[in-house]
Amino acid sequence: MNQHERRIWSAAKNRRELISAGLSSRRDLAKLGLLTAAGFLVPKDGLSARSPKDHGTGGGQPVSAPTRSFIEPLPIMPVKQPVASLNPAPTVNPNTGAGEGRTRAHQALTLFPPRKLYQVTQQPAQISLSPDLPLQSMWSFDGMVPGPTYVARYGEPILVRNVNNLPNNNGGFGNNSVTTHLHNNHTPSESDGFPCDFFQSGQFYDQHYPCALAGFTDPQFQATQGDPREALSTLWYHDHRVDFTSQNVYKGLAGFFLLFNNQDTGDETTGFRLPSGQFDVPLVFNDKLFDQNGQLFFDLFNTDGILGDKFLVNGKIQPFFQVHPRRYRFRLLSGGPSRWYQFFLTDPTNLSKTIPFWQISNDGNLLPKPIQVTSTELAIAERMDVIVDFSQFTPGTSVFLENRLEQTDGRGPTGNVLAAGQGTSVLRFDIVLPPVADNSKDPATIAKFYDLPPVTPNQARVTRTFQFERGNGMWQINGQFMDCNTSRFQVQQNTSEVWILQNSSGGWMHPIHIHFEEHQIVSRNGQPPQLFERSRKDVVELHHNDQVMLFFRFRDFLGRHPMHCHNLVHEDHSMMLRWDIAPTGDTNPNP
Amino acid sequence: MKRRSLLTVLGMSPFSAGMMAREVPDPQREAIRARYFPDVVLHTHEGKKVRLYRDLIQDKIVMINFMYAHCDGVCPGITANLVKVQRLLGDRVGRDIFMYSLSLKPEQDTPKVLKEYAQMHGVRRGWTFLTGHPKDVELLRRKLGARNLDPVLDADTSQHTGIIRYGNEPMRWWAACAGLSRPSWIVESVSWVDWPQNRVKPG
Ligand SMILES: [Cu+2]
Repeated sequence: MNQHERRIWSAAKNRRELISAGLSSRRDLAKLGLLTAAGFLVPKDGLSARSPKDHGTGGGQPVSAPTRSFIEPLPIMPVKQPVASLNPAPTVNPNTGAGEGRTRAHQALTLFPPRKLYQVTQQPAQISLSPDLPLQSMWSFDGMVPGPTYVARYGEPILVRNVNNLPNNNGGFGNNSVTTHLHNNHTPSESDGFPCDFFQSGQFYDQHYPCALAGFTDPQFQATQGDPREALSTLWYHDHRVDFTSQNVYKGLAGFFLLFNNQDTGDETTGFRLPSGQFDVPLVFNDKLFDQNGQLFFDLFNTDGILGDKFLVNGKIQPFFQVHPRRYRFRLLSGGPSRWYQFFLTDPTNLSKTIPFWQISNDGNLLPKPIQVTSTELAIAERMDVIVDFSQFTPGTSVFLENRLEQTDGRGPTGNVLAAGQGTSVLRFDIVLPPVADNSKDPATIAKFYDLPPVTPNQARVTRTFQFERGNGMWQINGQFMDCNTSRFQVQQNTSEVWILQNSSGGWMHPIHIHFEEHQIVSRNGQPPQLFERSRKDVVELHHNDQVMLFFRFRDFLGRHPMHCHNLVHEDHSMMLRWDIAPTGDTNPNP
Repeated sequence: MKRRSLLTVLGMSPFSAGMMAREVPDPQREAIRARYFPDVVLHTHEGKKVRLYRDLIQDKIVMINFMYAHCDGVCPGITANLVKVQRLLGDRVGRDIFMYSLSLKPEQDTPKVLKEYAQMHGVRRGWTFLTGHPKDVELLRRKLGARNLDPVLDADTSQHTGIIRYGNEPMRWWAACAGLSRPSWIVESVSWVDWPQNRVKPG
């Protein structure tokens, strides 16, 4: 145990003693000066205890038992392997007789015949999140949490058969009818994981991913089979079961999906020459709570948002990661249910040292060019790809990935950015592996990834305004609630639109996700977006009283999609609407 | 949409009340009971004394909303919706699906007031209006997650929650929908916690 770990361990022990002494309320601890304003215990550096503040249901949240930090290596999810064939073979129309739960025909299966076939199973699994906790009964893809990582390429369409083997016995939370959304993919509606396209245990559901660039039906992009500026790279898949998404995702149903092309190649000697292979590492962040038996706790009747006091990376509580002194690409994902993050690199021996790194994407879409930053913020479901060069550190030392964004409840971050060392270190990088070749390009010398597609709001067919509100304890959009059977508006295929998203919900913040087409931010509160938001995005952060104008182009496929808050608890409490892409659209400005 | 009215189509209860209760106690079911369903005594609009968990929740599919008789905010709309929901669910209401409306103004909403309210709205068997000791009602409001983080809004009863909690107690399936959504959507939502053998497969 090093000094840092000793400090954490003793803080945890302190906490255990305080709790056993009956001093478990926030007020008790604050009175004794043992709690910071943020609700963290005063002993800091990685202790992720949160106050048992009584604003959940049932008179306070449980406080998870202490767990040691940085004693297990970071898990790397295996790459999902294709199968030679599927039996029965995939069909354009739903193969209902064979037990397929799909209800609509594939729009593009013959246009983009799958080059690779996959079969994945939603199944229960016993998962270790920490050696200090018992095995957890979770729901998984293929027996692992997070699920396996898909690696796909533009021009190589794939088909994924989901097989639902989840039991009726949910162990206390979760619904075993499921629908898998591939977040940010340009997917035809019937394969997108629409919230009401769930299928039952014992059924399967084929999802067809054309892996085609947006705009492939536009004659001007015929040669490139779509607009090359629309290339996606870091996506994730997760359950999207209407009303139960927060429970099912918290229970484990999520994983990464990476998309490469002839520029972001997955080979650091070609194309953009981004760190690749073992140096290209997806990182999903989650926070969770555990009950007095050390089992995952989910607050079923919480409508505000659920915060955990344990911080997981790739399904382990505060792991470490041994690195070579070279550049790595990390694909950061805030996996929910309700926490926002702002990550810094922290040198535990010199807290005042600022450690810059490179942000290369927003929502997994490569920026026009890398931006040097000292921190990166992620709301729920946002992805930020960053490049960190570990050759700048002394061999044998460690740096921490520290979340310094203060958040005390489901409303969103307080706005305070904690001082270095006062936040939560979720991951420790140990620079202990030997030097190796680094064929990746120095981000400082990368002049360009992709240009942004043009933003032409004056050519928009319609401008629509959406108010995100809370009324009588219910989340709503333009005063209405989620209903899968009611399409709130029709977008006309092959047109562009401007959407204005307004946060009118008082003290609440919402990360709003729109399926199928990416947007660009035209303006945020009348101002042009900051550099890191000059990007293609699929999640837009709505801070207090924000008004954000978005520009979209809708192309290629028809069908229904949702727009929703990605605070999974808000999403499950009706902060979602259905819209459709249709041959003929409407012009409703306030749908 | 095929699923819309499946509850009325199927219209059958696979479990007789109490059947699952005699199974081996389930720790997760017990944890949910302990956390969310204090077994307080309540009074129905028909003047009966009932226990929240034992009499109203245990072994049942339930829908719970919050109201008070003289509420002119969200309550009239929600009550009107629930009247339609009760019609759509047919005779399963009162058999294995139970509807509860808990008064947030228990001092004013005596059983008699609630009975008048129920009669005025044409409420049928299986939908019970509940009142109780103010302390118990406040406890339930917190336990059932009907509180507002904003203390000003929380103190303002007219801003009370308009959600409907729906769940299947023995199956441990719990979620919520908006009381002002369309009645057919509320019925569809409740179908998602229906007994496994009643779950309709799409197609
Ligand atoms: Cu939200």
